[in-house]
Amino acid sequence: MEKNAVIIDLKNISVSFDGQPILKDLNLYIRDGEFITLLGPSGCGKTTTLRIIAGFLEPDSGEVIFEGKAINGVPAYKRQVNTIFQRYALFPHLNVYENIAFGLKQQKKSKQEIRSTVEEMLALVNLKGFEKRNINSLSGGQQQRVAIARALAVKPRVLLLDEPLGALDLKLRKDMQVELKNIQKRLGITFIYVTHDQEEALSMSDTIVVMNAGEIQQIGTPTDIYNEPKNAFVADFIGESNIVDGIMHSDFSVEFQGIKFQCVDKGFGKDEPVDVVVRPEDVDIVAPEDGMLKGIVTSVTFKGVHYEIIVDIDGFKWMVQTTEYSAVGDKIGISIKPDEIQVMKKSEYSGLYGDYSSFSEEFDELSNPSVEADDAGGETVEE
Amino acid sequence: MKKTSFLSKLINAPYIVWSVLFIVAPMIMVVYYAFTDRSGAFTWNNITALTAYKETFARSIGYAVAATVICLVLAYPLAYIMARSKASKQRTLMMLVMLPMWMNFLIRTYSWISILSNTGIINNLLKAVGLPTVQMINTPGAVILGMVYNFLPYMVLPIYSIMSKLDYSLTEAAQDLGCSSTSVLRRVIMPLSMPGVVSGITMVFVPSVSTFYISQKLGGGKFLLVGDSIEMQFQSAYNYNLGASLSLVLMLMIIVCMLVMNRFADDDEEAILI
Repeated sequence: MEKNAVIIDLKNISVSFDGQPILKDLNLYIRDGEFITLLGPSGCGKTTTLRIIAGFLEPDSGEVIFEGKAINGVPAYKRQVNTIFQRYALFPHLNVYENIAFGLKQQKKSKQEIRSTVEEMLALVNLKGFEKRNINSLSGGQQQRVAIARALAVKPRVLLLDEPLGALDLKLRKDMQVELKNIQKRLGITFIYVTHDQEEALSMSDTIVVMNAGEIQQIGTPTDIYNEPKNAFVADFIGESNIVDGIMHSDFSVEFQGIKFQCVDKGFGKDEPVDVVVRPEDVDIVAPEDGMLKGIVTSVTFKGVHYEIIVDIDGFKWMVQTTEYSAVGDKIGISIKPDEIQVMKKSEYSGLYGDYSSFSEEFDELSNPSVEADDAGGETVEE
Repeated sequence: MKKTSFLSKLINAPYIVWSVLFIVAPMIMVVYYAFTDRSGAFTWNNITALTAYKETFARSIGYAVAATVICLVLAYPLAYIMARSKASKQRTLMMLVMLPMWMNFLIRTYSWISILSNTGIINNLLKAVGLPTVQMINTPGAVILGMVYNFLPYMVLPIYSIMSKLDYSLTEAAQDLGCSSTSVLRRVIMPLSMPGVVSGITMVFVPSVSTFYISQKLGGGKFLLVGDSIEMQFQSAYNYNLGASLSLVLMLMIIVCMLVMNRFADDDEEAILI
C-alpha cells in the first residue's frame, strides 16, 4: 500500500457559512487505497471536507483534484466517490435488494449483472437472505451494512464515511470497526473516514488527519500522532496527556516542574519555552525518595485494567495510569524515562489542555465561573 | 381495571353518540328513503328511475376527474417548490395557498362570475384592447375552473406536508449513487410522496364529484351535475326518495372510485419499486 499514486488532492480549500469560516486554506492529499481518517471535535470542518469531496458542497476557493483533474463544479452524481451517510439515508420505499441495486439500475446494468453484484455485496456485509426485508424492520447495525453494500455496489474509487458508526452501541461499533477495516483491505479502495472518536481513528486508519477549527493540526500514522503529537491540542485530543510548561535548555535536556529531565528531542532554540507531554501510562510510580518528582495522591479511580491516579505535584495535577494501588493522601514519587517525554513547540493551544485539576476536589470550585478564572491564573504564574 | 374501562367508556360516549346521531342515522335514512315510495312502501322505482341520470353521472365524474388531474399537475410542483424553500418563504407561500379559504366559498365562486362573464373583467379588458370577446361563463371549462380554484389547497397541503418531511439526505444519497435531479425526482421523491398524492386526489375528487353550487353559478345551469340533481330533488321537486337514491348511488360510486384509486396507487408504488 506504500507510495500509491495520489487520488484526491485538496488545494487551498476555504469555506465559510454566513461569514463564519469553516475551512481555512486546507491542503490535503490522499493516496489511492489508503484508509484515511479525518479526526476532530464537532465543528472542526471534517464533515465539510467530506461533503466537498462528495460534491455536495462547493468550496468558496481552492481546487478539488481527482486523479490529476480538477473536479470543482462536477455534480455529485458524476463523481466516482460514494458516501455512507451518518444516518445511512436508506430509501424507505425500497427493500434491501432494491436499495443495494439502486445505483446499479441508474447505471443501466443488465438484470443478471445487478443480481450477481447485489448478491456479492450482501455476502460481503454478511446479510445473505435479507433481500426481501423491509428497511424499517432492520436493526441499526443491519441498516449500516445495507448502506455499506449500497455504496460499494457501484464500485466507487473512493468511499466516504461520515461517522458511520456513531449510532451503534459500543460492542457493535467495535465489531464494525474490524469489519470495515477488513472490507477496505479486501477491496483495496480508498476510505475517507470522518469521526470524533480518537480510539476508532487509532485502531482503523493508515493515516490520521487531526483537525480543529477548520485547520489541519497534524497528519500522520496513528503511532506518530499518538507518540509525537505536534501541539497541545493533538496531545489532548488523542488519548490522555499531562501537558506541562517547560524550557528546552539544550538538545536532549528539558526543564519542567523545576527539575531538569533528559529527553530525546532536539532542534529547539536555547532556553526556548515549550510544552512537554507525558502520557499517563508512561509515568512510573516509585517511592517518594526515589522519585524525580514528588506529590500527593488526590484521587484514585479504578478503571478495570488499571487505576487512574491524580497526583498533585506542586499544584499541577498529573494523571498516572498504573496497575498498583495507591491510597488518597499517599505521598509518592514519579519517574519518567527520557523517551517517554515528548517536547512540542508552543502553539495557540498551550496552556489550554493537559491539566487534571478538574479530577480533584477542586472540581466544584472550577465549575464556578468566577473561581475558575482565579485558579487558571494562579497555576500559570506558578511555573 | 373495571373502573378504568368504565371511565374510558364514559370518555368515548360523546363520540359514539355523535357518530350515531350524525353519521349512522342519516345514512340509514338515506337508504330507507332510497328504497321506499311516498307512502313508505318498499320499491325499486327510485333506483330504476336513475337511468335517466346516466349523462349527469358521467358528466360529474368526467368534470371531477379533469379538476383532480389539473389540481395535481398544478399542486405537485408548487408543493415541491414550497418544501424546498427557506422556512420564511415556505410560510409566505403557505399563506398564499390558504388565503382564498379565508373567504366564503359562495363569495369566491360569485367573484369568478364577475371575472368570466360576457361583460366581466376579462372580456372588458379584451374589448379595451380591441380583441373579440370570448364566451367563458356557462361553459364546462368555467365549471372545471371553479372546481380547481376552490379545491386546489386540498391537493397542495397533503403533498406539501409529506414533501416537507422527506429526509434531504435521501436526495443526496440518490445523487451520490448517480442520479441527476430528474432521476432523483422520479426514483425517490415521487414514490415517497405517493401517500400525499393519494390523499390529495381523494380530497379534491370527492368534493368535486358531489359539488352543486359551482356548476349552477359558473355553468349557468346548463351542465347539471349529480349534486345539482340531488339538490333539486330535495329543494324544489320535494322528491326525497329520488334524491336519496341519487345520493346513495353517488356515495357508492365514490367509495368504488376511492378503492380503485387506492389500489392503483399501491400498484403504482409497487411498479416503481421493482
